Amino acid sequence: MRAHVASYDLVQPGSLREVLTLLAREPGVYRPLAGGTDVMVVYAGGKLAHTKFVDVHGLRELRGIVVTDDAVTLGALTTYTDVQAEPTLGREFPMMGQAASETGGWAIQNRGTLGGNIANASPAADSPPALLAYDASVELTSTRGARWVSYATYHTGYKTTVRAEDELVTRVRIPRIAPGAQGSRVHMFRKVGPRKAQAISKVSFAACVDVDGTRITSARVALGGVAPVVLRVVATEGALVGADVTTLDVAAIGATLSREVTPIDDIRSTARYRRRVAENLFVELTRKLKAHVGLGSQAR
Amino acid sequence: MKNRLIGTSVPRKEAFDKVTGRARYVDDVSFPGMIYGTTVRSKVARGRLRGIALGPGIPWDEFVVVTAKDIPGINAIHLINDDQPCLADGVINHPEEPVVLLAHPDKHLLEKARQAVVLDIDELPAVHSIEDALAKTAVVWGEDNIFKRYTIEKGDIAEAFANADVILEGHYETGAQEQLYIENNGVIASYSEEAGVTIWGSLQCPYYIQKALIPLFGVGPERARVIQLETGGGFGGKEEYPSMIASHAALLAKKAGVPVKIIYDRAEDMAATTKRHPSRTVVRAAVMRDGTVVGLDIDFAIDGGAYSTLSQVVLSRGLIHAAGPYSCPNVHILGRAVATNSPPHGAFRGFGAPQSIFALERHLDEIGKYLGIAPDEIRRRNFVKPGQTLATGQVVRDDVDMNVLLDRALEAAGWGDKKARFAVENREEGSVKRGIGLATFLHGTGFTGSGEKFLASIVGVEATADGHVRVLAASTEIGQGTNTIFAQIAGDALGVDYDVIQVGQPDTAFVPNSGPTVASRTCTIVGKLVETAALGLRQTLLGSGLLEEPYSSEQFVKACSAYVARSGELRAYAEYKQPPYIKWDEDTFKGDAYGAYSWAVYVASVKVDTLTYEATVEDFVALQEVGKVIHPTLAAGQIEGGVAQGIGWALYENVVWKNGRMANDRMTDYIMPTSVDLPPIRALFAESPYSYGPSGAKGIGELPMDGPGPAIVNAILDAVGIGIPRIPATPEVVMEAYLANTSVTRVCRATEVARG
Amino acid sequence: MVDASLKRPLSFDVNGKTVNVDVAPMARLLDVLREDLHLTGAKEGCGEGECGACAVIVDDKLVNSCLIPALQARGASVRTIEGVAKGDVLHDVQKAFLTWGGAQCGICTPGMVLAAVSLLEKNPKPTEQDVRVALAGNLCRCTGYMKIFESVLKACETAMARESASEAAR
Repeated sequence: MRAHVASYDLVQPGSLREVLTLLAREPGVYRPLAGGTDVMVVYAGGKLAHTKFVDVHGLRELRGIVVTDDAVTLGALTTYTDVQAEPTLGREFPMMGQAASETGGWAIQNRGTLGGNIANASPAADSPPALLAYDASVELTSTRGARWVSYATYHTGYKTTVRAEDELVTRVRIPRIAPGAQGSRVHMFRKVGPRKAQAISKVSFAACVDVDGTRITSARVALGGVAPVVLRVVATEGALVGADVTTLDVAAIGATLSREVTPIDDIRSTARYRRRVAENLFVELTRKLKAHVGLGSQAR
Repeated sequence: MKNRLIGTSVPRKEAFDKVTGRARYVDDVSFPGMIYGTTVRSKVARGRLRGIALGPGIPWDEFVVVTAKDIPGINAIHLINDDQPCLADGVINHPEEPVVLLAHPDKHLLEKARQAVVLDIDELPAVHSIEDALAKTAVVWGEDNIFKRYTIEKGDIAEAFANADVILEGHYETGAQEQLYIENNGVIASYSEEAGVTIWGSLQCPYYIQKALIPLFGVGPERARVIQLETGGGFGGKEEYPSMIASHAALLAKKAGVPVKIIYDRAEDMAATTKRHPSRTVVRAAVMRDGTVVGLDIDFAIDGGAYSTLSQVVLSRGLIHAAGPYSCPNVHILGRAVATNSPPHGAFRGFGAPQSIFALERHLDEIGKYLGIAPDEIRRRNFVKPGQTLATGQVVRDDVDMNVLLDRALEAAGWGDKKARFAVENREEGSVKRGIGLATFLHGTGFTGSGEKFLASIVGVEATADGHVRVLAASTEIGQGTNTIFAQIAGDALGVDYDVIQVGQPDTAFVPNSGPTVASRTCTIVGKLVETAALGLRQTLLGSGLLEEPYSSEQFVKACSAYVARSGELRAYAEYKQPPYIKWDEDTFKGDAYGAYSWAVYVASVKVDTLTYEATVEDFVALQEVGKVIHPTLAAGQIEGGVAQGIGWALYENVVWKNGRMANDRMTDYIMPTSVDLPPIRALFAESPYSYGPSGAKGIGELPMDGPGPAIVNAILDAVGIGIPRIPATPEVVMEAYLANTSVTRVCRATEVARG
Repeated sequence: MVDASLKRPLSFDVNGKTVNVDVAPMARLLDVLREDLHLTGAKEGCGEGECGACAVIVDDKLVNSCLIPALQARGASVRTIEGVAKGDVLHDVQKAFLTWGGAQCGICTPGMVLAAVSLLEKNPKPTEQDVRVALAGNLCRCTGYMKIFESVLKACETAMARESASEAAR
């Protein structure tokens, strides 16, 4: 424990309104604390910039998952355990449960929250690539009101986001598609970490591709760990949309993806490794697409 | 003597306390008035210490501050060469060198104060690799950066190389490995003028610490007492290092006048304490077309870090195991332990042997691949047999047939079926390729050469007033089952129930020196002494007239109790006597390096994902001949745990160095296997009793560390045709080898010998 | 600087008993359990939620007590290793660990036992794979986990056997 405990404060307002009022009164002074699985680690290491925290973990307003015809809306305090237990997510957005099940271990999944993960804005976080691939939106709330922003525009740089200092991540919305369209959707999630649990990913890859016959009608491909932010590779997506799965120029599009990522060397991996694996996972996606439309064998 | 307890899985002695949370580890203990201590370290790899400043913002008058000047005796952590200071005095040799000690009642303020101490250090050029140390890019220790150099010679190496069909050379490397016991290092020290120093701590070797405290404080052994508390894992990491932390706490306690507790946090434990020695080995093999290895020329080097500590002993074990369980008639092995500017590397399960065994076992597969001989077959053509000699000239006395062990392990692993199946499946499309690999090896029991003779370990047993028998030994329970097997051995020697036997807490004030808890010696060497001492006690009791054969456990207890009531005490001791056949020459490294060896065949089935370059072990068979299995559950637990550590070392556990310091000093970034990363580990035993072990038992603790590395990397070779020369074979390492298409000709240079 | 003297009152249930304690605002639950309540069964192995040695059960969920400000446990029901056995009568999981080699050095054992108890409360008939997944947040350096899996599965067998025996008796 390298933090000087007595130098830190935690306040526990009883309602969302009180939390927002506090954040508005002293913007940037209080850091919201939810499940603690990120903040407490940095705290124990004695490396936190903040000394004041506002506990949001008890806010009932931020709990619960609501399924409507057009979306699944998750309260910011939805835990990874909650995500895995929600049947609609399991059926229609399988990458959400997959990412959640590969985050930490049970004790982390019971405590870590989606909202905290989004607010923490780590480029190596597990759920964000899936959220990007599913075109999620994030609700940011302050005393000034609530606004929805596309998650694709949320991250602005390494650990920076569009969230203002007085705003709290309150909800996450994932748009649903018509039940009949599910069959033409291909999901591929892959977390590549140093081990199978309790791991920070080196590269993560989430793709959600809709296919009409053999033609790609929509493609969202997102990666973690290969850029300062979790990244939608929009040029790669552009090259996929409208293309025919049977005649995909895998090498050319793979080269596009390779140009879009900007991985670095750090203590967890190398830039060369991250880039190469990102390319390989893209090739794997194209194999999956081909298998989906009935070409080639499903990769083992 | 009949075995009623030995060979059965009686409940672990201290298990009840462990499963209920009642077991007390050092951080669970506190004393009245106790305060906390911490260590200020250099951060610079090498330099001259010019000054120490206590920075602003801290109420320094509330603190106890200790520097080298406060040491009453000799400023060294006594071990072999005494070159490591307890606190740096002028010279800095690694980036975690302890310089200042602080103590305060508030541990959070203490941490703040630690960060506020400013060390003024002039940096000097440092050395950070074995190559640079050997090339003397800077001289950082002695005249040539070499702590120790040993050679082993057997036969005529020049002739062997001149007459071979082919010479194959390979370069292999192994990385540092953190022991990663889940309980960090920690001690409590108290000091008084009358009693001297008392240490309570998490440790393997109480007498090592006592021997370190004596010169540091300039006191006699009666004023340096060491007590082991429940210890949450050691694996070698609590062999020599606790002497350092105990010395620090003791210095603080002396100055503070109250007990001082030092508990390292994980980052400090990982960065500052010992790790497995990194190694690099060049193996040149002179080989005949039929796979017979006629000559082995091995250059083995290990990185000892900044001070010599145990490196020479690690080197000697590595050297002796370097030529494996093979009969190669001509051998030359050069071993060097070198200095670099990282914290000293130290004891870790296997102790040098896993490093040299990795090189040889990898090389055999490369030779086999070059010659078109299967991995099992090339080993069969070279196995040593009883009566033949190992590299040191030691005649194999163990009744072992490696071919039989190999047959059994291959069958258990489904070797033939898997080979055939993988060959077909790997040709199919798909990113996952599978392979199977093996390693065959031996591991010597106990201290090397004359080590046990010099240790002259002593064990006692005593009867308690209520008629129980207590084993008195300095050998520690660190999870491996010392308490339990000692009770089994003593119980069978006495012919009494398990519950009659207690095992005394290792406390230098009450137990004799049974030697350190290291080197797979506790069961075989110390266990035999437990047996002998127990038999002595039994003899005394039978001779006293209080007990007659045959007797029941209850009768024995009554007799013990009566004897103690009558005579005040009943004790018996046993001292180690070297088996008469052991002849060892320390200068030439010739002779009987160990009294006995355990022998093993390990087989790993591995899948390699060619998308991510991740290798995963899917099945692991570990077969060993260990003399006699004293406790089947504990023995299997030792093997399974050791294999898990070996798998970690082989694939996951990568120490990232930055200027001599471990950069990934967190459990998040230093990757040991979790429950979902390991395959089924199937521990199998063969038993061929050793006459100098209790009921025939040989060592098992270190053995399982030796095989996984090479078996797994050999399986990767089988899966994807890539010969990886170093471990850990992280995905990054596998990728680079894969992209370079590293083949036998790259890893391993082959030269056909021209014949006139 | 925050005023260091501002300790906050905290009340929660530990092993079925209500406790009241004043804590620093950001004191970790782990430290409050160990230092204020002298429940030293939970261990600090890493301080960052990686090793699981500090695991406890809060409101029926396994959590790492090193990652929770104690104040977040206000009103909660906390179970530690000290509350798993009923006096000297061990829980099936504890008995199995004792018998089948699930504990070696013992430092991970409290967290491991609680993780196993938590699993069996959710899923009384786990497969070995279920056990592996449930224990993946609890690192053990001694056993290689095999004997731990065996222990947990044996504990299930014991519980089942008892259940079917009591059903048969009815």
